[in-house]
Amino acid sequence: MNVKTFGAFAALALLAACSTPADTTSASATGAGSVIGAGGGLASGSQEDFVANAGDRVYFATAQSTLSGESRGKLDAQAGFLARYPQDNVQIAGNCDERGTSEYNIALGQRRANSARDYLVARGIAGARIATISYGKDRPTALGSDESAWQQNRNAITSVR
Amino acid sequence: MTHIDLARSLLERRRLLAAAAAFSATPLLAHGQGTPAPAPAQQLGGKEITVDGARTSPIPIAIPPLAGGGGGTDSLGREMAGVITANLQRSGLFRPIDPAAFIGDAPADTPNFQNWKAIGAQALMTGRVESQGGDRVRVEFRLWDVLPGTQIQGTAYSTTLGNWRRIAHIISDVIYERLLGEKGYFDTRVVYVAGTGPRGRRTKRLAIMDQDSANNRILSDGSWNALTPRFHPTRDQIAFMSYANNKPRVYTFDLASGRQQVLGDFGGITLSPRYSPDGGSIIMSQTRGGGSDIYVVGASGGGGRQLTNSGAIDVSPCYSPDGSQIVFNSDRGGDQQIYIMGSGGGGVKRISFGRGQYATPVWSPRGDFIAFTRFGGGTFSIGVMHPDGSGERILSESYFVEGPTFAPNGRVIMFCRETAARDSSGGGYSARLVSIDIAGFNERPVSTPTDASDADWSPLLA
Repeated sequence: MNVKTFGAFAALALLAACSTPADTTSASATGAGSVIGAGGGLASGSQEDFVANAGDRVYFATAQSTLSGESRGKLDAQAGFLARYPQDNVQIAGNCDERGTSEYNIALGQRRANSARDYLVARGIAGARIATISYGKDRPTALGSDESAWQQNRNAITSVR
Repeated sequence: MTHIDLARSLLERRRLLAAAAAFSATPLLAHGQGTPAPAPAQQLGGKEITVDGARTSPIPIAIPPLAGGGGGTDSLGREMAGVITANLQRSGLFRPIDPAAFIGDAPADTPNFQNWKAIGAQALMTGRVESQGGDRVRVEFRLWDVLPGTQIQGTAYSTTLGNWRRIAHIISDVIYERLLGEKGYFDTRVVYVAGTGPRGRRTKRLAIMDQDSANNRILSDGSWNALTPRFHPTRDQIAFMSYANNKPRVYTFDLASGRQQVLGDFGGITLSPRYSPDGGSIIMSQTRGGGSDIYVVGASGGGGRQLTNSGAIDVSPCYSPDGSQIVFNSDRGGDQQIYIMGSGGGGVKRISFGRGQYATPVWSPRGDFIAFTRFGGGTFSIGVMHPDGSGERILSESYFVEGPTFAPNGRVIMFCRETAARDSSGGGYSARLVSIDIAGFNERPVSTPTDASDADWSPLLA
C-alpha cells in the first residue's frame, strides 16, 4: 500500500490572543459603503445608523462561539440601539473562516449567531425581534487567505431588517 | 442464456433525456466455440490479474473503433471506442494502446491475434454498430484474451441512438469486471454544487453529470444557494440543503420532475442529509441552541426521531452499507472527531485518534473503509480508515480538501480541492473536484465547466 504520511506537523500557532481583527476599518469589514460620523445624515434606526453608531458585528476565536469582553461591549451597544428603536427587527448571521469543513461550519455559524442572540435577549431585547441564520464559510467578508482575513470572517453580523 | 433486461435503469434515463430509450443486452456466442466464453474473470492469458497487480502494471488493452455499417454508425463506433478508452485509461488500472500502433485493419469477426500480440496487447475489444432503422441501433461487443486467443465476453445491446454513451459505459464496466474481478463504476453519475460569481457572494447551484464529466446539467436556478446534494439509492431523487427563503433546510429533489420539497418540519436549520441504504429514510442534523443533533426522518418527511442529544455539534451522519450503524462528526470531546453509533442512536464510540481533527466521514459502499477529511498543522487531507479506526492512511493533502465520496465499487474517491486566494480580493481562489484511487495513486482532476464542490457519486444500476 502506498501510505503517505506527513513528515511533521507544525504546531498550530494561531494568533488568537486578540479576537478582533486589526483591520476593521475597511468598508467591506464594517458592512457599510461608507462610515459617516456619528449621527450625521443617517436615518434614525436605519441599517446605516446601526452600523455607524452601534457596530454591526462581533468576532470569535477559531472554532469558538464564546463572547469576549469586547464582544459583549459591542452587543451592549446593539442592545441599546434596539431599545431606542423598538420598531427595528434584526437578523444575526453567523459566519466562519475558510479553514473548516462546510457542514460543521454551518452548525458553528449558527452557534455563533445564537450566542449573540442569547446575549441580546439577556439584555432585554425580545427574542421575537431577532432572526438568526448561518452561512457557514460561504459569505466571507474578507476575501484573502491569511490570518487577518480568517479573523474578520469568524463573526456574527447583525443587520436591521 | 438469459436476456438481461435493464429496463429499470432505462426508465430513469428516459425521464432524464426526455427521449424513449430502451435497450437490451444479449450474450453472443464465441466464434468457433459451441458455448459462450467460459474464461473466468481475473484470468488473462492464464495469468491472474488482481487490482493491486494491475495498479503496478496496468493491463495493456487494444480498443479499436467499433466497426460501423455506413451512415452515422462509423462515427458512432469511433466515439464509443473513445469513451471506453477514456474510462479505462482514467481508472489507472488499464493501459489502452495508442491506435497508431495497431497493425492491419480493425478486426471483423475473429481477430488476427498475432497482430495484437505484436503490439503488446493482453486484452482486445472488438465490436460493431448496426442501424436497425429509425433511431435504433444494435451494438455488439466482444472481449478477447489475446495470448490464448479466446473470447472472454460477447454481448449485443439493442438501444436508441441517444443512449450510445450509456452503452459505452456499460461495456466499460463489463471489461473492468471481467478483467479485474470486481465491479466497475462507469455507468454512474455525480451530483455536485456548481459555484460561480464573486468569492464573497458565491452562487451555488445543484448540478449533475456523468462520471466522465459528460452530460453536465444545472438543476437549480441559483436564486437560493444549494449545498450537499446526495443521491437516493435508486438515483432518481436527491436530498440537499437549500437556503430557499433564507431558511436553510434539507429538501428532496426529484430528478425526473424537478419538484423539490422541504423535508419535515423543524425549527432549526436542517443540514447534511444522507439516505439510508434502503432509501426509505434520511439522516440529517438539526441545529438547536449551541449544537446540532442527528435525526432520522422518513424520506418523504414523516416520523422524525432524534438520535443524538449531546449539546455538541453532531453533523455529517452516514449509514454503513448494511444500515446497522451510523458514522458521524462531532465536537463533543472538544474538537472535531469521528464517531460511530448504532442506527438506533446508542453505543456511541469514537474511532478517529490520529493527529489533528477529523470531519465528513463517508462509509464505503463495500463496507471496508470510512473516508474522511483530516486537518491540522495548517493543511487538510483526505484519507481512509477501517470502521474500527485502524489502518488509517492519507491519500491526498493540500491547502484545503474536503468532502470525499466513494465510487460504488469502493475503489475510487472523489473530493473537493480549494486553492488559497493569493490576494485580498480573492484572486486565485478555486474549488475543483479531484479523483483518486483508495490506494493513494492515480490522482486526477475531474473536469467541470465551473468551480465545483460537494460531490456525491451515484450507485451503479445495471
